[in-house]
Amino acid sequence: MPPSPARIVVEDLRKSYRVATRPPVGPAGLAAWLPSRRPWRTIAALRGVTFTIEPGTITGLIGPNGAGKSTVIKILSGILRPESGRVTVGGLVPWAQRLRHVGRIGVVFGQRSQLWWDLPVDDGFALLRDIYRVPPTLYRARRARLVETLRLADFLDQPVRQLSLGQRMRAELAAALLHAPPLLILDEPTIGLDAPSKLAIRAFIRDLNRQDGTTILLTTHDMHDIEALAERVIVIGDGRVLADSPFETLRATTLSGRRLIASFDGPPPTLTLPEGVSRLPATGQTLALDFDPARIAAPDLIQLLTQAGGTAGTAPLADVTITRPSIEDVISRFYEHHASSP
Amino acid sequence: MIHAATPYLAAFRARWQTTMRYRAAALAGFVTQCWWGVINIMIYAAFYHGAHDAAGTAPLGLHQTVTYVWIMQGTLALMPWSCDPEIADAVRSGAVAHDLLRPIDLWWWWSCRATARILGRLVPRALLIVAFAGLVLPLAGLGAWALRPPASLPDAALFAVSILMGLALSASIVVLLNIVTVRTLSPAGGSAVITPLALILSGNLLPLALFPGAVQTLLILQPFAGLGDLPCRFWLGTLHGGRAVLALGQQAAWIAALTMIGRASLRRTLHRLEIQGG
Amino acid sequence: MNGFALWRRYARASLSGQTRYPGAFLMQMAGHLATTLMGFAAIWVLFHRFGTVRGWTVGQVALFYGLVNIEFALTETIGYGFERFGDDFLRTGAFDRLLLRPRWTVLQLLGHQFRLRPLARLAQGAAILALGLAMTPVRPLLFTLPMMLWAIAGGVAFFLGVLIGQAALSFRTIESLEIVNVLTYGGVEAGQYPFDLYARWFRQLMTYAIPLGAVSYEPMLAILGRSPHPMAATLAPAAGFAFLAIMLLYWQAAVRRHASTGN
Repeated sequence: MPPSPARIVVEDLRKSYRVATRPPVGPAGLAAWLPSRRPWRTIAALRGVTFTIEPGTITGLIGPNGAGKSTVIKILSGILRPESGRVTVGGLVPWAQRLRHVGRIGVVFGQRSQLWWDLPVDDGFALLRDIYRVPPTLYRARRARLVETLRLADFLDQPVRQLSLGQRMRAELAAALLHAPPLLILDEPTIGLDAPSKLAIRAFIRDLNRQDGTTILLTTHDMHDIEALAERVIVIGDGRVLADSPFETLRATTLSGRRLIASFDGPPPTLTLPEGVSRLPATGQTLALDFDPARIAAPDLIQLLTQAGGTAGTAPLADVTITRPSIEDVISRFYEHHASSP
Repeated sequence: MIHAATPYLAAFRARWQTTMRYRAAALAGFVTQCWWGVINIMIYAAFYHGAHDAAGTAPLGLHQTVTYVWIMQGTLALMPWSCDPEIADAVRSGAVAHDLLRPIDLWWWWSCRATARILGRLVPRALLIVAFAGLVLPLAGLGAWALRPPASLPDAALFAVSILMGLALSASIVVLLNIVTVRTLSPAGGSAVITPLALILSGNLLPLALFPGAVQTLLILQPFAGLGDLPCRFWLGTLHGGRAVLALGQQAAWIAALTMIGRASLRRTLHRLEIQGG
Repeated sequence: MNGFALWRRYARASLSGQTRYPGAFLMQMAGHLATTLMGFAAIWVLFHRFGTVRGWTVGQVALFYGLVNIEFALTETIGYGFERFGDDFLRTGAFDRLLLRPRWTVLQLLGHQFRLRPLARLAQGAAILALGLAMTPVRPLLFTLPMMLWAIAGGVAFFLGVLIGQAALSFRTIESLEIVNVLTYGGVEAGQYPFDLYARWFRQLMTYAIPLGAVSYEPMLAILGRSPHPMAATLAPAAGFAFLAIMLLYWQAAVRRHASTGN
């Protein structure tokens, strides 16, 4: 059976939670025993989210913690039912047709394992084969390919609890893909990994998308993940879609800026800033500047600082670091934009 | 002196507060214990009523056995069921070496935490059971099923002393369970061994006095008697004079012995951790 | 692969996980065997002191004791996923993982852990039951054996229903779940003795509202040939299956509700 194309349609999705608040119990702990009303608070997690994702694309879903990202992921995975709104994934309504739906998706949570802690990796795979009813010949081919591309051979016979985090994530990816799902949902897939592991995982995801045409939806806090993978970025904040644009647009606008931090051996020089450079409040012997590389190139800016340093009683330039905006910076810019526009 | 005790008092207070938070758990425990008490009392009553001649020769009368059952249900939280749950978590997550190598006397630290946790679980449940079995049942006309008051005021005082010693004893066993958990990397083994011992040897399953006469001395000398049976005997007023002194001395001796064993094996465990890093 | 075959695979996987720490495992088995043996030792001590109880002999009580322990032990080997559901699945978020798999949640939880530890209780229950059969005259084997198996099946269904109900309740509260012990461990405690030792209200509650008596006391009366209504006593274990069916409906409703509240 060929995998059905997983077109995702999300329309005006709304969801709120009720949370109980707890009064303090006091030094003797006795207040816990007095009758009290537990006040409930309602928190709106999603206030009308709409987007469509075409089969075969890679989409990044970004936003601060508590913005509603994981609520969207949970609803798309069929484990949470929204208050209102319409969702279909490949024609199925995830929560209403859960068993059929989850058989056609793969989900990886970066902070949660779906493999069995005490079982060797390969035994876990075999169990998943039976759970997902993967035909034996298909399973053998699929497993062989995943073992090769994710380089699992060395630790297939080790219990999951003995794996390093990087090894475990590779095994998790394979586990989510044994049944060849047309849609792969990744929730923070690179969290906590070292640089080589991150690179390997990104390369694998890209190849999976290109070769198998697997649709990929990922959430992340790492801007490099987005940069390396996403063709399109949806920014979620405060339960709403703040921005939904191709990655190139994001790169040209919000992601273009750079921050330069210059440290000096003594008090930094005062200098007149050229066009496209703004100064941030900084302390002691450092100087922090935000600049737009399209208007002034980084080497030129460094040269300027080198010349200014050491003159008129100020200290010479000692070191420079250039960073790109973090995901939090990008999002706070969207928030500002969102707040200033009606 | 006060200053030196500060961290341990803080540990006690924090643990007490967390434990007191679990109001629903305490209420559920109370209902469970009442249920248990009722089943047990019905069974004892059937045995006593069915055999009039044997009841006369039994070392405890039916109403004494009923009182014994209620005290046992009320003080169930005194039993050292398992190690400190946070130690079990730390062992599972592998962070245990961090926890152990703090600049404090770990035995006192653990012992204070254990005492606070046991007390926090014990006090609400015990008060509820006393209220139910001592007040509600007689008022409901079920006096035959009720908890009767201590035999005399001195007996009540001795009961209180004995329960406090039982608390210290239980805490010192919990510390031993903590050590076993750290050594075997699992909380399951230790409690699997302690649970049956505590259940039968404290008198919880059956009053120790009802066991055959031949094993009575052995039963009274073993440490778990101090967790339930000896306090019960004080309440019922069956321990007096020299035997009362002996019973309290027995409890004190076991507290001292288990403390020494605990401190020595904790020292060895920490020494090993310092070398191997967990 | 059908449900039962999948469950067997789960069980095998879980077994190989458990025997990975043989030291702790053996300690647990020994402890569990000791705990359960103590239970009957206490009964033995009581009979030693009092002789009989309301005309029942120790051999007859051994039959009740053995039957209910076998029923509960079998349930514990397969129902552990439900027993630990609140702590191991809900609080950790691991339940979401089950929902992400295209199989019935009940099947996945039954397979979660096939435990060997309760086999100690099973061995003990079987031994006491055998002891009781050796000491007590019962109806012919041709009736006793199928009746015993039928009673055990009903008992497993009943206790499994209790554990599933407990798991469904843990969607609402985890803290007060200790109360379900009244039916599990408390049920075993109560079922170890013939029900006519108990007060009338208790007997009726535990037979009609909660069909423990229907899977322990009534069928054993039939086996002993002492039932006033032999036909009803023979059919009684079916009540265990009815109870299980109701609890499964409750479970399905609780899972649906969970999906709309999220936590």
